Amino acid sequence: MSNRDKNNEISPIREQISQQIKNNVSGKKGREFWRSLEELSDTEKFRDYLHREFPALNAPETDPGMLDAGGRRNFLKLMSASLAFAGLTACTRQPDELIVPYVSTPDGIVPGKPQFYATSILQGGVASGLLVESHQGRPTKIEGNPEHPGSLGGTDLFSQASVLQLYDPDRSQAVLYLGDPRTWGDFLGEFRSAVDGQRTRQGSGLRILTENTTSPSLADQLKQIQAEFPQAKWHTYEPDSRDGARMGVQMAYGEPLNVVYQFDKADVVFSLDANFMAEGPGSVRYARDFIGKRKLTGGSSEMNRLYCAESTLTVTGAKADHRLPLKAGQIESLAREVAGQLGVSAGAPGTLSAEAKKFAAAVAKDLKAAGGKSIVIAGEHQPESVHAIAHAINSALGNAGSTVVYTDPIESNPVNQWASISELIADMNAERVDLLLIIGANPVYNAPPVKDARSGREVTFLDAMKKVATRVHMGLYNDETAAQCQWHIPQTHYLEAWDDARAYDGTVSIIQPLIMPLYNGKSAHELLAAVVNQAGKTSYDILRDYWKTQMGAEFDQKWKQSLHDGLVAGTALPARPVQLKADWAASLGPVRQGRSEIVFRIDPTVHDGRFANNSWLQETPKPINKITWDNFAIISPKTAADMGLAGNEEPYHATAKMIRLINAGKTLSMPAWVQPGQPDDTVTVYLGYGRDRAGSVGSKLGFNTYSLRTAGTPWIATDNVKFEVGEGTYVLASTQEHFNIDASGIDTDAFIPAENDLTARHIVRTASLEEYRKDPKSVHHGAHTPGKEMTIYPGWDYTGYAWGMTIDMNACFGCNACVVACQSENNIAVVGKEMVIRGRIMHWLRIDTYFKGGTVNPEVYFQPMMCQHCENAPCEVVCPVNATVHDAEGLNVQVYNRCVGTRYCSNNCPYKVRRFNYLIYGDWDSPSLKNLRNPEVTVRTRGVMEKCTFCVQRIMSAKIEAEKQDRKVQDGEVMTACQTACPTDAIIFGDINDPKSRVVELKKEPRNYEVLADLNTRPRSSYLASIRNTNAELAGKNGQGNNHQG
Amino acid sequence: MAAEIQKQEHVDTRPPVMGPGHNFDSLTQKIIDIVLMRGFKKGWIFGFAIVFLGALMLFNTIAYLVLKGVGIWGNNIPVGWAFDIINFVWWIGIGHAGTLISAILLLLRQSWRNSINRFAEAMTLFAVACAGLFPALHTGRPWVDYWLFPYPNTMGMWPNFRSPLMWDVFAVSTYATVSLLFWFMGLIPDFATLRDKAKNKVQRTIYGMLAMGWRGDARHWHRYESAYLLLAGLSTPLVLSVHTIVSFDFAVGIMPGWHATIFPPYFVAGAIYAGFAMVLTLAIPVRKFYNIEDFITMRHIRNMCKVMLATGLIVGYGYVMELFMAWYSGNTYEMFMMKNRIFGPYGFMYWLLILCNVAVPQLLWVKKFRDNLLVVFIVSMFINVGMWLERFVIIVMSLNRDFSPASWRMYYPTIFDFTMFFGTIGFFLTCMFLFIRFVPMIPIFEMKTLLPESKVDEKKVEELVSGKGPLGATPLPQFGD
Repeated sequence: MSNRDKNNEISPIREQISQQIKNNVSGKKGREFWRSLEELSDTEKFRDYLHREFPALNAPETDPGMLDAGGRRNFLKLMSASLAFAGLTACTRQPDELIVPYVSTPDGIVPGKPQFYATSILQGGVASGLLVESHQGRPTKIEGNPEHPGSLGGTDLFSQASVLQLYDPDRSQAVLYLGDPRTWGDFLGEFRSAVDGQRTRQGSGLRILTENTTSPSLADQLKQIQAEFPQAKWHTYEPDSRDGARMGVQMAYGEPLNVVYQFDKADVVFSLDANFMAEGPGSVRYARDFIGKRKLTGGSSEMNRLYCAESTLTVTGAKADHRLPLKAGQIESLAREVAGQLGVSAGAPGTLSAEAKKFAAAVAKDLKAAGGKSIVIAGEHQPESVHAIAHAINSALGNAGSTVVYTDPIESNPVNQWASISELIADMNAERVDLLLIIGANPVYNAPPVKDARSGREVTFLDAMKKVATRVHMGLYNDETAAQCQWHIPQTHYLEAWDDARAYDGTVSIIQPLIMPLYNGKSAHELLAAVVNQAGKTSYDILRDYWKTQMGAEFDQKWKQSLHDGLVAGTALPARPVQLKADWAASLGPVRQGRSEIVFRIDPTVHDGRFANNSWLQETPKPINKITWDNFAIISPKTAADMGLAGNEEPYHATAKMIRLINAGKTLSMPAWVQPGQPDDTVTVYLGYGRDRAGSVGSKLGFNTYSLRTAGTPWIATDNVKFEVGEGTYVLASTQEHFNIDASGIDTDAFIPAENDLTARHIVRTASLEEYRKDPKSVHHGAHTPGKEMTIYPGWDYTGYAWGMTIDMNACFGCNACVVACQSENNIAVVGKEMVIRGRIMHWLRIDTYFKGGTVNPEVYFQPMMCQHCENAPCEVVCPVNATVHDAEGLNVQVYNRCVGTRYCSNNCPYKVRRFNYLIYGDWDSPSLKNLRNPEVTVRTRGVMEKCTFCVQRIMSAKIEAEKQDRKVQDGEVMTACQTACPTDAIIFGDINDPKSRVVELKKEPRNYEVLADLNTRPRSSYLASIRNTNAELAGKNGQGNNHQG
Repeated sequence: MAAEIQKQEHVDTRPPVMGPGHNFDSLTQKIIDIVLMRGFKKGWIFGFAIVFLGALMLFNTIAYLVLKGVGIWGNNIPVGWAFDIINFVWWIGIGHAGTLISAILLLLRQSWRNSINRFAEAMTLFAVACAGLFPALHTGRPWVDYWLFPYPNTMGMWPNFRSPLMWDVFAVSTYATVSLLFWFMGLIPDFATLRDKAKNKVQRTIYGMLAMGWRGDARHWHRYESAYLLLAGLSTPLVLSVHTIVSFDFAVGIMPGWHATIFPPYFVAGAIYAGFAMVLTLAIPVRKFYNIEDFITMRHIRNMCKVMLATGLIVGYGYVMELFMAWYSGNTYEMFMMKNRIFGPYGFMYWLLILCNVAVPQLLWVKKFRDNLLVVFIVSMFINVGMWLERFVIIVMSLNRDFSPASWRMYYPTIFDFTMFFGTIGFFLTCMFLFIRFVPMIPIFEMKTLLPESKVDEKKVEELVSGKGPLGATPLPQFGD
């Protein structure tokens, strides 16, 4: 509608309602803000008009939180409107924070141009720096903060998906008392009397349960509370507790310490079941540092070497030069074996296979040779003893202080969380608790049971919690715990509230909000302030007050700088000299023997369950097995065969047989997923599924594996563990059929030998470092690329820009950050489990996973695959309506408006990267999700084809910017969403007509190749072959076993 | 007269193209009785009720399809085309027999075609109608299908003339138009007969309008014959071109299993193969039900069996060549494609195809089987199924495992794939039922040319005209008697 139409339509309404305004305004009490007089008068016609004009604001009237859904800009409008009309009623409150209306436009704000703000996301309480793109007050896209040590510009998939969580319509939206909506004021009134009751008893009945936190200001508040209520207790628990790491370092050094690994200095890395590239604080940085040492670009032929002993095939193990599948319970034996060979006395190892012993010997030799430039790192779920041995080895090798740096703990409350929650449960069960404050945590769902000292029965958190008189829960969702508490307070998302936290190395970030709380949320700071009688204080004030005391002079200057940079300069914790305790090994118990075991792991896409309602993450294929929307029991091919579980019935759907897991009397039936590379007799299960109250997306998905945990065994259950064949089958939604790259699953040598079915395609090209050094081109052996002169047609001259991409398969470790980033940037729809099963996932970018060499211990290769933007694009010729065409810069563009939907282009695409909207997949209705969308990218409807555009919207804005300044786009000015998200810089995009661009340099690398180049499609994307730095002593070990997967 | 016919049989041992004992009058009467009878046969009503339910199922599916989107089918990525295009090619192929019979056999002066051509043409027309539904409805946004036509528009947008789908639009629409014209044109003299024989005003009016003023004038006949011959000439290349272009949909693509030069002849042969099988499938019960074994004789059945045998062998040769080329090319994708067809997860479909299209039809070598209607009917059914499987093998099995192994995926149809497919069969049969009941299914005037009376004896004509013959000055028999 043009402006004129708008005005024409609006003026009669004005006249018509002027009377009504007068009538309504006087009696108006409920709303604090309104957008115009018409809205205030609230006529039917105006409401219609409003919804037509601003469909995004079409909020359900019943929903109090939705009033604010418009975001920052609308908030500013509301503010200016309410200021202007303040005289009309007397009941308009103004927030005390300084807000600048758009009447005088702030510097740098141009409508239609996004702004970037530095902030941080908390993961396990640890900050990772972000730059958040904001369109007129709506945060839409997460990028890494290049200045933040925990990010260096990269992100992980959780950060990328967190913006969807912000707008999740299922988030808790009102203060609830026994399920009924209340106001914050109502709560404060009740809460006050409960707290006052505690005051007389010094808070002996007060317990506060938080998740892991590194926030200095929150710790300060808790200190105040503890000063006022000396008997009150602060408990910390979250499922990803990292107790092993915390206690392990204590065991080795006698004090709580934070460990910072410096992978950029390590030549040899030995991982004891540690998935350090994808799990735990600093993983994004670790991935970058680690991969940075194996890039082989610019003429380098030096690589670090990774040995990985793993109980579950992870992305880290997939990148290992040598990987040993080993039971989680035997990892300690291996650690002791290696320690023994390095002269560290860590007790006698248990029985190890000959293969493991050989592995240990090679590792020990290599570690010694690295001379202080190595790292031994233990997995977070490994017991403290393994961590302690790792520290001892690092200390013995001289790594401590160089590649492994120790600092003061970054956590505010570095306790054994498993013990902490157990103590809380015991206290509650003994009716010692009257007022329980749960902040952020969801213990009813994820806390372990505790064995009652008297009765010997297991007591769950819920059983114990019911004995507490007043239970208050604060969380993002009205979840399992909220349902069992009298009071529930909606918590603010990290993009909605002020906060602070430390990074993995201690660097402090001030977390600034990008938007007013969408759903009336309150922050943890505000809730804790209420405990100490400071109920009115906002988290902004609390933070500023705290940091005023810390920053001292020039506070305003420092504060502004910190907000701008996303970190407080110079707050990284200094390295501390440490001395290994002489008797550290004394507390090492007897080593566990290799029995049947169940290993619990944090889920690679929904974490501990907190992201269960995040459909982007649910639909992200889990690395390696590519399953979405479910969890499952990972089992080795041999164990499956021994048990009589025939395996995944591929390719006829991913139908999995059920397996019954028994852990000390607790049983759970789950689908069994047969996965190559899994150690025998070990079942790995992911936590985070089977939730009852996750929300409309995440409830009732998968199986609650927390229910299988017993009091004594957090991560590795070995006592009384049994596996039985369960009843029936279960369909898992996998996005990829699973093949070894050297076997197609058709076991016949007719036509071509079975092992050549796929190898002859040369899609994944690999070599060992030795081969690469001898002949850098050896990776291409046998592959064929037709020459450009082999055609009678004249080629097209790309005279301007010519966009191209390289993807370094040596750097890609399959973390999925790019997949979610692409989804976020390009408004890609989620299709749901049924549609994934049907083969209609919409991801423009997928990570193809290929296995090589048998099922016992295969090598794994990741290949991000998206539209290759072929110069000879097979899709373009066959489209009957010219809906997919080539542009002058070599982009293969898809014109949604013109697409009829014949799907011929997809059929003819050899890379199968095109995605078709078989049904209406986009959510066109949820009002809050409309604010989430990238305004520069069309939301596609049913019946049209879509695919990777090389982020054409980013190319365009860079070009516009460059044209305004009368220059060419510089290298690095256009970065695709996948490229910016990538923690390891595996994806490089640029102009291949610019001889100095990085992409051109990389395309000159000897490892460079184009996938399916023999088809003469001439893709603009190319790949750098994967090189493994194998140890000659162990060479040939990998890839042994039978040659095809079951 | 009967003696003459018997004399002919002595010369030619084949069964006659028309049963004995017919003259102009009996022939006309027998054919128009089916059309002009009062009320409906119980069997017809029963059969029609069943097939009309099928048609209704189709209409419902289409309504739901347009409302929801093609996602109600089982198609996915990588299998973008499945039942939709399989059915399209299958139906188009079936149509080919009609055109071949009416056009090519006319030009080749195969008079035995006269009794089955109308029937076959009607089949063509309805098959093309069913076929056309699929490409029109398989698109994501069927309401903008017209963008495939090169119409002038303000956007200055033209379709992509390089796309085989665009060629399809022309091929199929031309085919449908010419088939309709050809069919209708052949019907005009018979509509005139119906008009003249009509028993009530309604019939007279409707058939009169359809007859377009046909009076049986010699000039009418002259022009009719020329026009019919011209249309036959026009249709003849269509027999070859339509399925050639349909085969380009695949041959122009780069998928292994699609990208093959053998496709055009192989598709055309397959189309004729399928078409004759369908004619037989329909003709065998119809001739029994309406007692028209006199007009569709064993001669027809035998001839059609022979055509099937010949085209079936060409199709079989196509299969062998696909195997050979896969091996001879040395191309890893082609070899794997073939291996996947034979031993892959859908391998049983390939073996079924060989059974239906190659093994079973070899029965027709045996004369005894060609004369056994039950065997012929069963063999035809096998071929109908086999030709459908052939398209499944080509389309789905090439797409589901192509170049990029990470994208390999199985395809499974949904209930709507089946309701759409069986719905078109219902719709097709509904049309056939209406056609048989309201339109003479056997061309009356063309059949008359097969009667001995129509054999023109030059001397007799002279005598008649001059009034010197034994009959004196009897007027010439009029058409329509």
